[in-house]
Amino acid sequence: MAGEEKRLEELENENAIVIEGDTEPKVILRGVRKVYKGGNGETVALDNVDLDIYDNEFVCVVGPSGCGKSTLLNIIAGLQDPTEGDVICDGEYVEDTGVDRGVVFQQYALFPWLTVKKNVEFGLKLKREYTKQQREEIAMKYIKMVGLERFVNSFPKELSGGMKQRVALARAYAVNPSILLLDEPFGALDAQTRVQLQTELLKMWEEERKTCFFITHDVEEAILLASKVVVMSASPGRIIEIVDVDIPYPRTQETKMLPRFTEIKNYVWNMVYKEYLEVQK
Amino acid sequence: MKIVPRRKRKKDYVAMIPDAVWLALSLVTACVVWYFLSKGEVTGRSFPPLVEVFESYFDMSQPRDMGGRGVFWSDVKSSLISAGCGFALGFIYGVPVAFLMAWYRPLRYIVEPWIQFVRNIPPLAYVPLVVIALGVGRAPQIAVICLATFLTITITVYQGVTNVDNTLIKAARVLGARNDVVIFLKVIFPATMPYIITAIRLGISVALTTLIAAESTGASAGLGMRIRALSSEFYVEAMMLYIIVVGIIGIAAENVLRFFERRLTSWQEKRNA
Repeated sequence: MAGEEKRLEELENENAIVIEGDTEPKVILRGVRKVYKGGNGETVALDNVDLDIYDNEFVCVVGPSGCGKSTLLNIIAGLQDPTEGDVICDGEYVEDTGVDRGVVFQQYALFPWLTVKKNVEFGLKLKREYTKQQREEIAMKYIKMVGLERFVNSFPKELSGGMKQRVALARAYAVNPSILLLDEPFGALDAQTRVQLQTELLKMWEEERKTCFFITHDVEEAILLASKVVVMSASPGRIIEIVDVDIPYPRTQETKMLPRFTEIKNYVWNMVYKEYLEVQK
Repeated sequence: MKIVPRRKRKKDYVAMIPDAVWLALSLVTACVVWYFLSKGEVTGRSFPPLVEVFESYFDMSQPRDMGGRGVFWSDVKSSLISAGCGFALGFIYGVPVAFLMAWYRPLRYIVEPWIQFVRNIPPLAYVPLVVIALGVGRAPQIAVICLATFLTITITVYQGVTNVDNTLIKAARVLGARNDVVIFLKVIFPATMPYIITAIRLGISVALTTLIAAESTGASAGLGMRIRALSSEFYVEAMMLYIIVVGIIGIAAENVLRFFERRLTSWQEKRNA
């Protein structure tokens, strides 16, 4: 593999990527920096971001708006290139998008001219590995998982926001990515639907333990879902702390009542609030 | 004890009348308005009684040996061929050019100003020049209609392509669409479909408008040509007949288009549906 060779070469250099511990992370970010050049000069969106995401982890990123959370996700997805630094996923340098990294967008991004089923089959069709029947089976499995079997032949315009995001989840899951990147997926939903979808996502994750990288500005949501919360600072976006959420799964909405939950929530919230005040200055 | 009467729900009489009845009412009203126009001293010069307009059809369509002029259907045919061919060519050139303009920026920067410039010049202005180049006959008519529809279709489709939601392209990329051809076929083309329909609608209207101008110089048959020719003998009834036919062609084309629109773009989210 070309990526493997490149990494071995890298190891011989002085600035080799050093991994702590025995297990190799699924995603490795080292010295990631992103600078946007605009009319008013340069803006540093991300600065010196080091992060390891391990298999079966649920990583949530929180931080005030404008801290480069989405940029970070886009870089891992291969939708944007970092100005500096390295991104490795499953041992290969990230240079472009790939089906190994599924993405769920805040704006659903469903293809409005395709039915629910066709949307979910979209990635499977591009893979060219399956027969029509296999595609349908896989699509139906994930449509059932998100509870939309009654709407297989509906068009996105006939669905509510929550249902649309369920389709987007099924579509991302269907191509069986090795990691799922979620960019504030529930940000546009009302509070009740949001709680519903959090619960469903938790259930899905607890079943398959598919590695998730989830961006949100909602601290409570982050702690409810995550095994690890990454707290970021704003302008430039840096990681200030990585908090382990030591509350065992399975979790439900009742988990929010636990004293430990409140404790972690207050801790993270204070950090984010301080950053928010920084931005206001 | 006090009795509060139950509030009467207002009836929506407008919604209770079926669409077909509304259409019939609209037609009847038009006839009534026409009747008064035909009785007016000034308007009556241009609005002959409706019956006479319909009667002129027989005069125009009956063969010469039966006392008629025998030109009606050949006029309709001639105009449909000119407008149809001109529109088809304009569409065939316009859609790819629009996509290429959206794709390659150099092409856009060079071509778009031309299109914007020529688009606002009335075709009537350059028809004589086209005739000088191509001579009299079918060719200049098709050329003029082709140019006019091409401009309209190109601009409309181009705007559609630039309006394609970027997140849809991102979504396709992360689902495995790695090259431009796949993204074009799977995302950009279907997303542009509503604009292509709009472009066809505008194109048809431009083709009919331009038709009259295109036939104004040296055509031997055609609706536009005939209206001009009839004006020299003040044959108002037949002129009206031909004008009504142009309108009918427009409405017929619109209905065919709506049929395809329903099939192709019913997935669209309508704001006030």
